[in-house]
Amino acid sequence: MTFFDLARRNVVRHWLRSSLAVIGIVIGVIAIASLGIMGNSIGLMFNDMVSDVGDTLIVSPAMGVGGGKLTERQVSDISRAVGSNDVIPFSSTGDRVAVGDRESTAMIYAIPAEDIPSLLDMESGGFPRDTGGGCLIGSQLAANSRENGLKLGARVRIGDETLRVVGVLKERGMGFDINPDYAIVVPYSWYSNHYDEDDYDQVIVKVRDVNDIDAVKESIEQRMNRREDTVNVMDTRGILESVFAATESITVFLAGIGAISLLVAGVSILNVMLMSVTERIKEIGVLRSIGTRRGEVMRMFIYEALFLGLAGALIGGVLSFCAGYLVTVVFAGNADYLFDPASLLYIVFGMAFGVITSVASGLYPAWKAAHLNPIQALRHE
Amino acid sequence: MPVISFENVTKVYPLPAGDVVALAGVDIAIEEGEFVLVMGPSGSGKSTLLNIMGSLDVPTSGEVMIAEKRIGGMDDDDLTLLRRDHIGFVFQQFNLIPLLSIVENVEYPLILKGRQNGTRERAEEVLRAVGIEKTHFTHKPGELSGGQQQRVAIARALVNDPDFLLCDEPTGNLDSKTGTAIMTLLERMNREEGKTVVMVTHDPRMTEYADRTIRLVDGRVVE
Repeated sequence: MTFFDLARRNVVRHWLRSSLAVIGIVIGVIAIASLGIMGNSIGLMFNDMVSDVGDTLIVSPAMGVGGGKLTERQVSDISRAVGSNDVIPFSSTGDRVAVGDRESTAMIYAIPAEDIPSLLDMESGGFPRDTGGGCLIGSQLAANSRENGLKLGARVRIGDETLRVVGVLKERGMGFDINPDYAIVVPYSWYSNHYDEDDYDQVIVKVRDVNDIDAVKESIEQRMNRREDTVNVMDTRGILESVFAATESITVFLAGIGAISLLVAGVSILNVMLMSVTERIKEIGVLRSIGTRRGEVMRMFIYEALFLGLAGALIGGVLSFCAGYLVTVVFAGNADYLFDPASLLYIVFGMAFGVITSVASGLYPAWKAAHLNPIQALRHE
Repeated sequence: MPVISFENVTKVYPLPAGDVVALAGVDIAIEEGEFVLVMGPSGSGKSTLLNIMGSLDVPTSGEVMIAEKRIGGMDDDDLTLLRRDHIGFVFQQFNLIPLLSIVENVEYPLILKGRQNGTRERAEEVLRAVGIEKTHFTHKPGELSGGQQQRVAIARALVNDPDFLLCDEPTGNLDSKTGTAIMTLLERMNREEGKTVVMVTHDPRMTEYADRTIRLVDGRVVE
């Protein structure tokens, strides 16, 4: 029998009141953990969707200059500015495409044939050449158009010309540069002939060393925007950083909402503990008069709060796991996000916060109990 | 050396309407082995005297020695340890801890003194000495009669082998037959074990158990 034991017995003696207080903590822990997991999953989901690793610069014409296109000359200027890094100009358009007698609309990317291998990976087939009418199709487009006959080796009619599908691309995910998963990729030479155009929409610069990205960006801007702004340079790393910062603040915000519910639970523990102290004034008086020191009385009541907190945190932790599973499956459609270390950390964090809140709420009642005047407490009825 | 000695002790409670003098120069010496009654009408300062003897309170002036320790200037922890190690309290309302079983109630003061072996055995030994049957040891206080609860309370007071028992109307909540049994028990502890007993009471019949009686009127000892 110790003070710990005494505290446990008192918690059990008022089991209904105790369980109500514990429920408060449980809800708080679940709120923090599941909202935290949700925020984290949003971040992870985004991470999975975005293929860019942040090594890409996208150069696009400044608004209203040259009709919104980049000329061959500008492209070679950019090439000179970036040194040995890869420069991939491209254009895109949407057009009607037909396979046999079925017609539909597709996005078309035109990239110089020699640059395609440095930007895109193949699932099957080979890369098209500048001469000869070959094209590539995106993985999703291939998956969605199986019954259309749009597959490797099929003939696709764009306008009045026919192209042969020589390759299917690997799934690439969402990018800031191009999104070829649902598109057809053609060699630029064909595009230039077909649409009678010599200019490019944008230029992708693949920077070999990510640490150089600011320097390369600077160099392009110096060369191209000396007199007036002719191009905008977008750096994907910066975009990614701001996006991830945004998802992080969403996570913090969501966990903050959870923290508020835990705060409410803390207030209910404070209330329960104050009630416990008031009810036991006489008992405290007896304990004090037969030789229990202030610190020992204080410890007894803090243990009580600790018990409530531990019970709440443990139950809450287990339920958080279930809630986290629901959240990740329903909102993100991928339960793997739950097992991400950061997600699991939110459960631990929620539990720790639950215990800390409980003990903190117990401090004042415990202090109050310890500092009762033993004579008055003894006389209390 | 007396177990309890008061030298010109005063206790004044400052109140907005004017100071209330509870004790106005009290001199008392209680020797080891004595059975002393403290009697007096309401408002005579009995409770204040009891609180100071029990080192629950300290005097405004004067010298109080309890178990050869001067309690003036002691802090709360020192006073608490003095109560724990040297004083055995017996209350009118028994005041057992409802959360603890009978034997745990008696064991509690031993546990306060720190972890040691044999606390349970010592508690059971004292319980047997005050006449509680073994079958009652694991019961909760509420399941026992008043007389039995008071016996347990006396066992709790005795378990740390205190310098004296301080009893506040120990028979006040008991019928006369049970009360007599409790008084007989206290008398036996005094005569056979040599325990010093100080007892505050209203009941003039208690004088037959005591060696002497201290009478308080208006905060002074009269004789």
